[in-house]
Amino acid sequence: MAKIVLQSEVARDFADGQAEHEILADNVRQVIKQLDAKFPGIAARLNDRTAVAVDGEIFQDPFLQEVQPHSEVYFLPMIDAG
Amino acid sequence: MGKEEKQFDELSPNVQANGYRVVGTRPVRPDGIEKVTGKANFGADCELPGMLTGVVVRSPHAHAKILSIDTTRAMKLKGVKAVVTSADFPEIGPKQRGAGEAPVSFRDMSRNVMARDKALYDGHTVAAVAATTPAIAEKAASLIEVKYKVLPYVLDAREAMKSKAPVLHKDVFTKGVDPRPKKASNVTQRFEFGMGDIDAGFAEADVIVDHDFTAQCVHQGYIEPHACVANTTQDGMATVWCSTQGQFMVRNYCATVCGMDISKVRVLPAEIGGGFGGKTVVYLEPLAIVLSQKAGKPVKVVMNREDVFRATGPTSGGHAYCRIGAKKDGTLVAGELTMEYEAGAFAGSPVHLGCMTGFAPYVIPNSKSVGFDVVVNRPKAAAYRAPGAPVAAFAVESALDLLAKKLNMDPIALREKNAATEGTKAAYGPKFQKIGYVETLEAAKNHPHYSAPLGPNQGRGVASGFWFNIGGESSAAVHVNEDGTVEVVTANPDIGGSRASMGIMAAEVLGIDVSRVKPLITDTASSAYSALTGGSRVTFAVGQMVCVACDKVIVQLRERAAKIWDVEVDDVEWVAGSAVNRKSGKGETLSLAEIANVAGKTGGPISGQSSSDVQGAGPGFGTHICDVEVDPETGRSTVIRYTAIQDVGTAIHPSYVEGQLQGGAAQGIGWALNEEYIYDANGCLENGGFLDYRMPVASDLPMIDTVVVEVPNPNHRFGVRGVGEVPIVPPLAAVANAVSAAADVRMADLPISPPRLLAAIDGK
Amino acid sequence: MAKHHVNTTINGDQTEFLCDTEQTLLDCLRDELGLTGSKEGCSSGDCGACSVTVDGRLVCSCLVLGIEADGAEIGTIEGIAEDDDLHPLQKHFLKEAALQCGICTPGFIVAAKSLLEHNPDPTETEMRFWLAGNLCRCTGYDKIIKAVTSAAAEMRGE
Repeated sequence: MAKIVLQSEVARDFADGQAEHEILADNVRQVIKQLDAKFPGIAARLNDRTAVAVDGEIFQDPFLQEVQPHSEVYFLPMIDAG
Repeated sequence: MGKEEKQFDELSPNVQANGYRVVGTRPVRPDGIEKVTGKANFGADCELPGMLTGVVVRSPHAHAKILSIDTTRAMKLKGVKAVVTSADFPEIGPKQRGAGEAPVSFRDMSRNVMARDKALYDGHTVAAVAATTPAIAEKAASLIEVKYKVLPYVLDAREAMKSKAPVLHKDVFTKGVDPRPKKASNVTQRFEFGMGDIDAGFAEADVIVDHDFTAQCVHQGYIEPHACVANTTQDGMATVWCSTQGQFMVRNYCATVCGMDISKVRVLPAEIGGGFGGKTVVYLEPLAIVLSQKAGKPVKVVMNREDVFRATGPTSGGHAYCRIGAKKDGTLVAGELTMEYEAGAFAGSPVHLGCMTGFAPYVIPNSKSVGFDVVVNRPKAAAYRAPGAPVAAFAVESALDLLAKKLNMDPIALREKNAATEGTKAAYGPKFQKIGYVETLEAAKNHPHYSAPLGPNQGRGVASGFWFNIGGESSAAVHVNEDGTVEVVTANPDIGGSRASMGIMAAEVLGIDVSRVKPLITDTASSAYSALTGGSRVTFAVGQMVCVACDKVIVQLRERAAKIWDVEVDDVEWVAGSAVNRKSGKGETLSLAEIANVAGKTGGPISGQSSSDVQGAGPGFGTHICDVEVDPETGRSTVIRYTAIQDVGTAIHPSYVEGQLQGGAAQGIGWALNEEYIYDANGCLENGGFLDYRMPVASDLPMIDTVVVEVPNPNHRFGVRGVGEVPIVPPLAAVANAVSAAADVRMADLPISPPRLLAAIDGK
Repeated sequence: MAKHHVNTTINGDQTEFLCDTEQTLLDCLRDELGLTGSKEGCSSGDCGACSVTVDGRLVCSCLVLGIEADGAEIGTIEGIAEDDDLHPLQKHFLKEAALQCGICTPGFIVAAKSLLEHNPDPTETEMRFWLAGNLCRCTGYDKIIKAVTSAAAEMRGE
């Protein structure tokens, strides 16, 4: 199962404060879909200006990024370019 | 050869080990001649026949309701061809997105470009006028009658968070707090990052330091004010010429703010006279477009310097509280950071990025970084080189300095003991891949600067810094000319020498001389989409696309050679700029030029294109050493020696990489020592000019030595990491730590201008 | 009010133009004569991006009125290169990467040329103080000083 970590504000607003979750999925889109099934409405939030780090690599605009069975997936704010 | 010259031409160990021929050398940049002869065209240099001059009318109040705008007298003035107000721009709803996925609130952006019901800062645009001469346009602007109801204003984040503070927006209810507030406030959002349990962590600390810090908002300070020309035609097309960091961004933002289809806007990027993040948004372009539509003529709008300061995004100032706990051997056990950043008139300070980057260079098992995004009556903040990171690093790196002193430990040794490496879980969550932080500390420790003796009233400061760097959507096209020269076409404005790097990378991949490569930067109609220049992404991401496009060209060149020799393409190898016939065994070759010469016969034009959402940007780390001498009588601090050390992956063109380190350091020095906004009793800006908004000049600075460390990024053809942003992250604390040492008093409030330092020295 | 007719010499060429009283020399160079090499960074004489010479004297053209050019010899960035060849300052700015965005470069080159006419062998400190009137936000001045040093040496025949 991949370890998914939500931003604390998102966890607070949608998942009763629980930031860490275990999800079995092939890619980020599936992760979000499964989270949305558990916490309705979270998909809209996670698809809005959110980046994702999968095993340390940050993707600014995540969609089909692969997730491995033991991946660590962190949802993060998008990074401003200066 | 003299010693200086030998160093200039020396190749780095990384470059030598990889056998690069062009990468790592210092050819003259391809756009250099125009720049040194005054022929390069910047935003204000465009002239079109029949062009009108546009002038912007700005609020003279920090916070006011706009009751009415009467443009009648202005419209009557001879020579006035158009006047625009908010009535000429569509109302944008809170959920409205532009095309694509720009991470911005278009509603806020539209209201920043043109105020609707309220003026939210001194300088906020309320109207604009276009006339046949600048003098008439200025006169017309003064004839536009705006009636305001002046409201109380607030400029400081902590003041704006108080319950009695004037509230800027009735519809801002703090996100990220539980329970969700029912009363509107100036705090748009609360962010939190961290890991472990800081209470437990601090409980096991042998030593704890903590301090409150403040930093002022500072401007990017580009020497070229915003400038654009918009030309519209009756078929609804708008062509915009402007100084920008992203022509596709301008197209998207203008289309959305003006209520047009993206395909109706074409943006041609001028050369850009500095951006640093401040030109990643639009201010004048939508105004120029609508003025041009109404007038039926091209309209040029250029900001004057005072308006640049009054009305364009500085980066956020704010407050930071930092607490760090450690064991007596220097092992960090807990870190706490709480920050309030001034977003300006609309939500969107980079406080969350400050929270993510502050502790990033360190292994700290328990950390908590909390950030508040607070609106105040200042211009809307815009990105400035590693947005959010410098102020957070100022707090953390100053606190580490306090800790090192309390532990009686060398500041570099303290950082080495806790340095993040490959596999470290970053403070903001994910694990680092291959990074070069430790290497920068090593280089700093061994640098002669670090052991040079200091004189009276002199002090030394050390600080480190981190930035993510990004990749992103990028495109490049490579076209082979009939004579074997090559055009490398990209759509990313060059703000630091990236054009030279594109040429170098293409020459390296193709195996030809760099003088045979012509890098160009083109407009939105002539290239596939590419995200704006920023985030230290161009040499990395666009460069990667250039390499892939060259790979495609090489495949075609081999296919053509195969046809010419009548062999299979697998029998043809590309070596050092030529096709080699491996089948015949006679060592036959065909150069790129020879193949190009007969391209028409062998299948047609030879060209390659590549577009991708490039991933795998390597994070960057830097460590700076700063020596300062203070004058205890005047409070003046002079930087007498500065060394900037940074892991850049691979330096494609070392001179421009060094230039990024030096430029970022200089900006950081200005931020630390002198730059700030001064407002009068009415909340209006008093120092909107370069005399009193004091940026470093040549006589303020010493030579800035650089050490370019190369720990190649495995995700780029040549190992590139982004370079441009990291250099501004360490200097605030490096300078503050140096002054604090020299004056023997902790300076925790920036800028450390002479009056502040004098007061601190006198107060000892 | 009728415009003024100004007769002047720019980079050695006889030139004339019409201007209003309040137009600065910078406005006239850029808007009336199409010489856009001199840049407007601040309009208050603080950034030096508009540096030109008037009768051999280094000035900010944003602080000079267009009518003051009448009868004077004006030198701008457009006249620095010697025919087909770049001036040593231009060559060394390129070789030593003393420019990044390039907006301040015309001003620096005009100012540096003026410095070397007054003092062909300036110290680093003398260079930094002479050039303190030219703002650069990109380079931190390091490579600019190095380029001026190299150009000065070349011009001295070293």
